[in-house]
Amino acid sequence: MATFGNLSDRLSETFKNLRKKGSLSASDVDGTVREIRRALLEADVSLDVVKDFTGKVRERALGDEVNKALNPAQQVVQIVNDELVAILGGQQRRLEFAKNPPTVIMLAGLQGAGKTTLAGKLAKWLAKEGHTPLLVAADLQRPNAVTQLSVVAEQAGVAVYAPEPGNGVGDPVRVAKDSIVYARTKQYDTVIVDTAGRLGVDAELMKQASNIRNAVSPDEVLFVIDAMIGQDAVATAKAFQDGVDFTGVVLTKLDGDARGGAALSVASVTGRPIIFASTGESLDDFEPFHPDRMASRILDLGDILTLIEQAQAAFDEEEAMAMAEKFSTDSFTLEDFLKQMQQLRNMGSIKKMMGMLPGMGQMKQQLDAFDEREIARTEAIIQSMTLAERRNSKLLNGSRRLRIARGSGSTVTEVNALVNRFEQAAKMMKTVAKGGVPQIPGMGPIPGGGGGSSSRKQQPKKKGSKSGNPAKRASENAALAAGVKPAGAASGGGFGLGGGASASAAPSEEELASLQKFLGR
Amino acid sequence: MAERTPWSLSGALKGMFQKPTIDETTWDDLEHALLTADFGPDVTEATLDDLHKKVDRYRTTDPRDLQRMLRESIEERLSKYDTTLKLSERPAVVLVVGVNGVGKTTTIGKFAKFLGTYGRSVVVGAADTFRAAAVDQLATWAERGGAQIIRPQQQGQDPASVAFQTVEYAKRTGVEIVLIDTAGRLQTKSGLMDELSKIRRVVEKQAPISEVLLVLDATTGQNGLAQAEAFIEHAGVTGLVLTKLDGSARGGFVLAVQERTGIPIKLVGQGEGINDLTGFTPHVFAQKLVG
Repeated sequence: MATFGNLSDRLSETFKNLRKKGSLSASDVDGTVREIRRALLEADVSLDVVKDFTGKVRERALGDEVNKALNPAQQVVQIVNDELVAILGGQQRRLEFAKNPPTVIMLAGLQGAGKTTLAGKLAKWLAKEGHTPLLVAADLQRPNAVTQLSVVAEQAGVAVYAPEPGNGVGDPVRVAKDSIVYARTKQYDTVIVDTAGRLGVDAELMKQASNIRNAVSPDEVLFVIDAMIGQDAVATAKAFQDGVDFTGVVLTKLDGDARGGAALSVASVTGRPIIFASTGESLDDFEPFHPDRMASRILDLGDILTLIEQAQAAFDEEEAMAMAEKFSTDSFTLEDFLKQMQQLRNMGSIKKMMGMLPGMGQMKQQLDAFDEREIARTEAIIQSMTLAERRNSKLLNGSRRLRIARGSGSTVTEVNALVNRFEQAAKMMKTVAKGGVPQIPGMGPIPGGGGGSSSRKQQPKKKGSKSGNPAKRASENAALAAGVKPAGAASGGGFGLGGGASASAAPSEEELASLQKFLGR
Repeated sequence: MAERTPWSLSGALKGMFQKPTIDETTWDDLEHALLTADFGPDVTEATLDDLHKKVDRYRTTDPRDLQRMLRESIEERLSKYDTTLKLSERPAVVLVVGVNGVGKTTTIGKFAKFLGTYGRSVVVGAADTFRAAAVDQLATWAERGGAQIIRPQQQGQDPASVAFQTVEYAKRTGVEIVLIDTAGRLQTKSGLMDELSKIRRVVEKQAPISEVLLVLDATTGQNGLAQAEAFIEHAGVTGLVLTKLDGSARGGFVLAVQERTGIPIKLVGQGEGINDLTGFTPHVFAQKLVG
């Protein structure tokens, strides 16, 4: 739900009229804490955790660190983030393996949390890491859960142990127990026991789960929980902790737009770390959990770190510098435009990438409408040009454009649109490189410009007509290409990206200064 | 272990309604109770404001009045919309949609049984061709519920074509009610949401769709609203089904969903047994919720 927008924006709003004051009073802080409380509740963080949490934040916010900070709003967000990460477990925890195989991993959770699918994902992941996992069908409750697990096992390419047909027939405790013996004789080094979904209030089934636990004495008991769960997360987590005493948590369905506050509640109430996150329908959509990134997600600050990691993998530093040079000297050509676009593609799906930017939660809809093939079309058009044309777009007269359109299977209109887009992007890049801030509809200014060292004059805003959708796309793409790299150099400070700079279109001296600090130049 | 107070606030509210007068802590407790029942900050605030005003107007200090007012307020919000299922078409086509793991297939099984007890003949269409063994799961439920089933003819068949065949079968054999199971999909996957629109379009070539039921899990938090909005846009949802009410979750978010979207709750699921599905009555719901 993005009706609320991102916390960082709202805090900036709260602090807007405080700028002149220089210091924060207790009532200012209270107002902010209320906003934080609301944001956390919207994100489904459990109420008790919220209360506890806001108390801590309030205390710290009234302390010196905020008053002395250049931008109190950002400082507060930083505090909130730190505290969130602290609760979420600070560091990543890895799966623990038994000294004497087989390692036994048991899965437990509510109905529909995604246990069976997760079993398949975990098995596939383990197989990739060089283990030989065995899936055990101990969910004999739900109709055809056994069949589902067998199918999943086949897809994952791992073995399955399913002696009972399920649908209420057979004893899951016995199946689990036998599976260990089976694994030992067949030399499987990890056993994943899929159990039936059960409610925290169902004493009988909880007893059964604990019996399974006692029978197989697992090295890890993973509590599988849906990222969309609400306030009930606490009651459920407690019930499972009392019932089976899980050792770690797996968060599923994180590919939706739930903010996943439940993660926070569960981690803080049970003190158990979140080990994995499951992020999609395919068996490969499974990754170790990063507390810091989850914190940003809860606050709707975007997943800057992942974005930067991907950017670092795809971009070449020297090339980025060369590109920045080109921006500032006006020698940016269609060839470079093409190269940039290809680099962007190297980073993976643009949609996914944009989704990681702060505040982008609200733009999901537009993101979804974005057509990735557009880039392929653009590529085709540019590749149909001669080298001379690519270097100097002024050469492109009517007949040349017609030839290009034919060569690339597009129309002259499309070629025209591309050239216009390119020219606008080049113009904008130049502005950025000279230290100004381009105006991008719907996004707020983006800090960019590698060549900021050359001159720091503030350029007046360009009034080009960037309202059209293609133009917007192009400018966003280009800005990303330019902006991502420098941000990577100062990786810790992902916060100002969306926050400070977005308050007004014309940045103040102070904001520009902080922007420059960010870029690490 | 969580206390077994079936989806009721009564546990949380008991203490405050037994006090002699309404004081500041009463309001705090009430807010706490509403928030922990997933009402969400917006609805909680609105409800509290509303109650504050009423208490002022009637100058009451008795917490039991407050309890009654709360019950009435919730009931009033819930009964704004018509909760009856419209299944008068023949065949009456019902499409069941929702995110992954909310209990769509289970709901269909129970619903088939529910309709069967009223003497209606039912056929279910297994249009969840994506999840492993979903068809078999549905088949088991259909058998328990005494319904016929149309299966996909091959692995990974287009769900729209399964839906089409199911409706066609119903028309040919005169089966009264058609229930179509769809694969679970997160509302953010636009490709999958488009698939839903397609199923709708294709089915409508055969017969008008009587109801599109969105299944919501009571344990869902504020994301339920986002789910509802997306499914309404793509599937034209006409009613909500609230499942898993037998747990410790209260599903307070449905109030916000109903209010924001104007789509009524039509069915309530509260257990794993085949008979654990009932129609939705605002009065009973409010009564149980508040106690």
